[in-house]
Amino acid sequence: MKIRQTRYLTQMVAKILIWIAAFFTMAVMALIIFQVLSEGLPVLSPGFFLETPRSMGREGGILSPIIGTIALTVVAIIVATPLGIGTAIFLWEYTREGRISRIIRFGIGCLAGVPSIIFGLFGFVFFVIYLNMGWSILSGGLALAAMILPTVICTTEEALKAIPYSFREVSYSLGGTKWQTVTRAVLPNALPGIFTGIILGICRSIEETAVVILTAGSSLIIPTSLFSPVRTMSVHFYILAREGISMEMAYGTGATLIILVLLVNTIANWLLNRYIRHRA
Amino acid sequence: MEFKEKFVEKILLLIAFSSITILALIAFFIFGEGIPLIWKIGPKSFLLGERWVPSQGSFGILPMIVGSFWVTFGALLLGIPLGLACAIFLCEWTPPSIGMILRSAIQVLAGIPSVIYGFWGLVVLVPLVRNFLGGPGLSILSGSLVLSIMILPTIISISEDSLKALPPSYKAGSLALGATHWQTIWRVLIPAARSGIVASIILGMGRALGETMAMIMILGNAVKMPSSFLDSARTLTTNIGIEMGYASGEHRQALFATGVILFFIIMILNSLAIILSRRRVS
Repeated sequence: MKIRQTRYLTQMVAKILIWIAAFFTMAVMALIIFQVLSEGLPVLSPGFFLETPRSMGREGGILSPIIGTIALTVVAIIVATPLGIGTAIFLWEYTREGRISRIIRFGIGCLAGVPSIIFGLFGFVFFVIYLNMGWSILSGGLALAAMILPTVICTTEEALKAIPYSFREVSYSLGGTKWQTVTRAVLPNALPGIFTGIILGICRSIEETAVVILTAGSSLIIPTSLFSPVRTMSVHFYILAREGISMEMAYGTGATLIILVLLVNTIANWLLNRYIRHRA
Repeated sequence: MEFKEKFVEKILLLIAFSSITILALIAFFIFGEGIPLIWKIGPKSFLLGERWVPSQGSFGILPMIVGSFWVTFGALLLGIPLGLACAIFLCEWTPPSIGMILRSAIQVLAGIPSVIYGFWGLVVLVPLVRNFLGGPGLSILSGSLVLSIMILPTIISISEDSLKALPPSYKAGSLALGATHWQTIWRVLIPAARSGIVASIILGMGRALGETMAMIMILGNAVKMPSSFLDSARTLTTNIGIEMGYASGEHRQALFATGVILFFIIMILNSLAIILSRRRVS
């Protein structure tokens, strides 16, 4: 009888501790978001988004960091998407699990774990100096593309895995070649999943600071070409907060960043849910 | 048609090697910049030197290595139990509604930019630590606390996957023998999912070692051997992040050399995690 009671007591204690841990995690998330939004939302106004920063960011808005963020993200996505989708198609549709796929997967796994500051160092010495692109949208975008590649590959592969094998069999039985099967039967159906991967890549590019600061510079001037240096919102936020230039502007930029990331995440989730329901 | 098919396959093979190519390029260029300096001053005095004074040409990164491991250790101390508890909550004890809230909370945590974590640590945690525990507040403790939250999504999602991948018969068998739900989780499910959980911890460790911007804002960045959790510290990543902006010549090479060491540590951790998760699959 004694033993029986102890083990149910242990279970009770464990259960309570685990509930506390779960609520603690949710509370921390809420606290961080609340802190930034409560101070940052009052700063937001149409002018904040439409004016360029003046006197190092003390006044004005964040137009040029917004443009910088968009430009870098677009370059990163344009480069990473074909490479990511191509890799996933090769791994899932064109090869069996063997030595080659093991090597490739190992490379992807390692790349996914490389810290962003290393991508920054690499982008700096390779794109900025060796290829002589300077601190620019192109250097920053390419370095970001290298960083988000594993995300795009993994999500695309998951999307391909979710397509039932019968889709391929039907295509083959109609005389379709492998490439026709992939492009006409598999890819169109995997599209929502692939979009999710791209959106997650966008999210990571928006958040990133260390890579961008070393490869795209931190200019506040509105860029005119792919070779112009830019500052992204994350870098702008970092500089404002760390150098104590303006807490008000920092909170405004931070709130914009959080809203943007939440929005992009929600879209990705919505797509994913719709997609899973669609499959099931 | 035959030709086109073969051509497409070759192109795809080429594309598939892009990740490895990038990894090789990263290694080549960072080593190319960093290794010559390590040889010049000797690996031993670079790794074990305690003085980092770039203007006098003394480059010892031991304080940064120690700092990195202190901060990471602190983050794991809180992050592992919290992450594991959340993973168990999600796959064993969750009512669906709360599970969904927790899941989206974790996704949001994964999406918050690291500079915002750093900022939050700076304005909320640092004053708390300074007022209640003393010291400068910009400390290993504050850094570890923030990092433990930042690595949660990694630990939770991978441990949860490995718990979910277990055959249902394990749980059913244990319950049928009369074990309580908690005994089943603690004695059967967690040991069975061990390699996946360890992989999640190693990847979390990699994330903690690699974090830069948040740590620059919170750790205080003093170059000295830390002696307590309330000391200010500098990590391998923050050393690069702070000084890269103005470094040149040998100083810049020394920062790349710091990157070489970081790259080595991360590659070892990554390989371990990959091998462990493979064992789980087979």
